[in-house]
Amino acid sequence: MSKLSPEDVRHVARLAALRLSSDEAEALGRDLHAILDYVEQLAEVDTEGVPPTAHAIPFETPLRQDTPVSSIDPEEVLAQAPARAGTAFAVPKVLDEA
Amino acid sequence: MPLPTVAAQRAALDRGETSSADLVDAALTRAAEVDPAIGALVATRDEAARADAEAADARRARGEVASPLDGVPVVLKDNLAQHGETLGCGSRILEGYRSPFDATAVARLRAGGAVVVGRANMDEFAMGSSTEHSVAGPTRNPWDLSRSPGGSSGGSAAAVAAGIVALALGSDTGGSIRQPASFTGLVGMKPTYGRVSRLGLVAFASSLDQIGPLAHTAEDCALLLDLISGHDPGDATSLPEGPTASQADLDGGVEGLRIGLPREYFETEGVRAEVLDRVRDAVAVLEAAGAKTTPVSLPNTRHAIACYYLVATAEASSNLARFDGARYGRRAEGAADLREMYERSRSEGFGTEVKRRILLGTFVLSAGYYDAYYKKAQQVRTLLRRDFERAFEGCDVLLTPTAPEPAFRIGEKADPLSMYLSDVYTVSANLAGLPGLSMPCGLADGLPVGVQILGPPLADARVLRTAHAYQRLTDHHEATPAPIDSGART
Repeated sequence: MSKLSPEDVRHVARLAALRLSSDEAEALGRDLHAILDYVEQLAEVDTEGVPPTAHAIPFETPLRQDTPVSSIDPEEVLAQAPARAGTAFAVPKVLDEA
Repeated sequence: MPLPTVAAQRAALDRGETSSADLVDAALTRAAEVDPAIGALVATRDEAARADAEAADARRARGEVASPLDGVPVVLKDNLAQHGETLGCGSRILEGYRSPFDATAVARLRAGGAVVVGRANMDEFAMGSSTEHSVAGPTRNPWDLSRSPGGSSGGSAAAVAAGIVALALGSDTGGSIRQPASFTGLVGMKPTYGRVSRLGLVAFASSLDQIGPLAHTAEDCALLLDLISGHDPGDATSLPEGPTASQADLDGGVEGLRIGLPREYFETEGVRAEVLDRVRDAVAVLEAAGAKTTPVSLPNTRHAIACYYLVATAEASSNLARFDGARYGRRAEGAADLREMYERSRSEGFGTEVKRRILLGTFVLSAGYYDAYYKKAQQVRTLLRRDFERAFEGCDVLLTPTAPEPAFRIGEKADPLSMYLSDVYTVSANLAGLPGLSMPCGLADGLPVGVQILGPPLADARVLRTAHAYQRLTDHHEATPAPIDSGART
C-alpha cells in the first residue's frame, strides 16, 4: 500500500462530505497510512473460495402485513429541524454540481 | 461494604424497607456528590425521575409491581433514545437534539418500571475504548481518577462503579460493554447479536452493535436481559426468539460444564502476566466446582482486529452519512449551498476519531479498494466464525481475559492503532455474533481485572449461569474503590 497523499485524503474526504484543513488532512493521512499498513496483514490469509459474512447470525428478511400503524408525530420531528418551511425541512439552495 | 445490587434493592423494596423515591433520591444525591470528579453522566432527570419513582411506589402500594426492576434507578448510555430526552452520543453534531421516540429496549425497561435517572457519557458515536473522545470531556475511573474507565460505555460503567446506580445500559460493538466492565470491576454483557432490538440505538456498525447491561452481578444482568430481550418487529435483524428466561437457569451450576481455553488468547503479545494469573485463578475456581477445562485453538485470532476495524469503519461511514445538518442536530451557519452545508456541518460537528473512522470506512468501500479491504475482511470474518464453530463442538463456553491490561491512564493511548489493539479479546465475539460477558476476577496493582466468558449463539443463559456460579463462590464483585474525594481532579 503506497502512502496516502494529502490529495488522496482530500478525495476520500470529499466522498465522505468532510472538509479538512491541511493540518487535518496531513495528520489523518498519516494515521490512515499506519492503520492500512496494519490491516495489510489480511492479504496473507488464504480466503480462496471463502464466502463473505455480512451478518454473523443468518436471518431471513422478515415480512409483515401491510397494515397501517401510528408513527412518530411529524410535528415533533420537524420541531428538531435546524430550519423548516411548513411541513418540510428547509436547506440552502442546491447548485448544479453534477 | 459492597455496593447494593439490583437484587438487594428489589428485596428491600419488596420488604417495604425502602421506596423507589428513596432509591432515586440516593442515586441523584450520590451523583451530585461524586460525579463532578468522575464525569460519568451528561444529564440527570431529577424532577422526571422523582415523578417516575412516585409512580413506581404507587404501583407497588396497589400490588401491581410491573417487573423485578420496578422502581429501580438505572442509567442509559447517551446513544439510547428516550422520548423527550437529549440524545447526544458524545458528539457536537447532536447538540440539543431530543429523541422523538423510545428505543425498544428503553420502552421495555420503562414498561417494567425501571426509573431512568440519567444519561451516561461515551466516546463519540461509541468510537473508542476509553471514553476520552466525548464533547463532554473524559470520564474518569472511580478506582483511580487518573485512569480511563474503558469505553465506549465508560460513563455507564463509572456510574455503577461509583455507586450512583446498580445497573446501567451500554452498547457493545467491539467490546464497549465488556472492556469498561473489566476496567471498573463490574459484570458487563453483550448478548447474542439480535437478542436485543437495536431500534433506537444510534447505529455505529449495524452488524456488530448490541445493547447490554453493566452491573455488579450476573444475576442483575439476567434480570435486565430477560426484561429487554426478545423479537421486535421494528428491528429487521432482531432474532425471532422471545425474551430470554435466564433467571430460571441461573442456579444450574457448572458441574460437568466443558470450558475451552483458547490458546491464542493466552499467548497474545503484550498481555500482562498478572491478568493471565487472575484469569487462571478463575479457571481453577470453576474447575473446583466441577467444570472441565480443555485447550482449544482459534487460529485466526491474530487477524481479528484488522478484520474488525475494516468491517466496523465501513459500516460506520455509511451509518454516519445521516448526520448532515439537514433534518436534525447541529447545522453550520451561513453555507452558500447544500454541499457546503453538509461538509461544514459534518466537519464542525464530528470529532477527530469519528472523522478518522469515516475516512477509513469510506476509503475501504471506495472504487478499486473494495475487494482488497472490505470483501477480504468479510471473508476473514467467515473464518473467525468457523474457528468458534469448531471450538464449540468440543466445549460449552470459552474463558479468556477481557483486556490485555487493567485500566490505562487517560491520555496514555494517544496513537489510534495502540487504542485499537486493546480490543484484541473482545472484537471476535461481535464479528461472530456470540454472547460475551466480563466479570471481575481480582485485582492487579489495586485495579480490577476481568475474565471473559463466551458462548455459542443463543447460549446467553449458559454464559450468565457460568458467571453466577463463579460469583457464588467468590467475592471479587464486592470489591469497591476507595472513597471518592469529590474535590479531586488529577
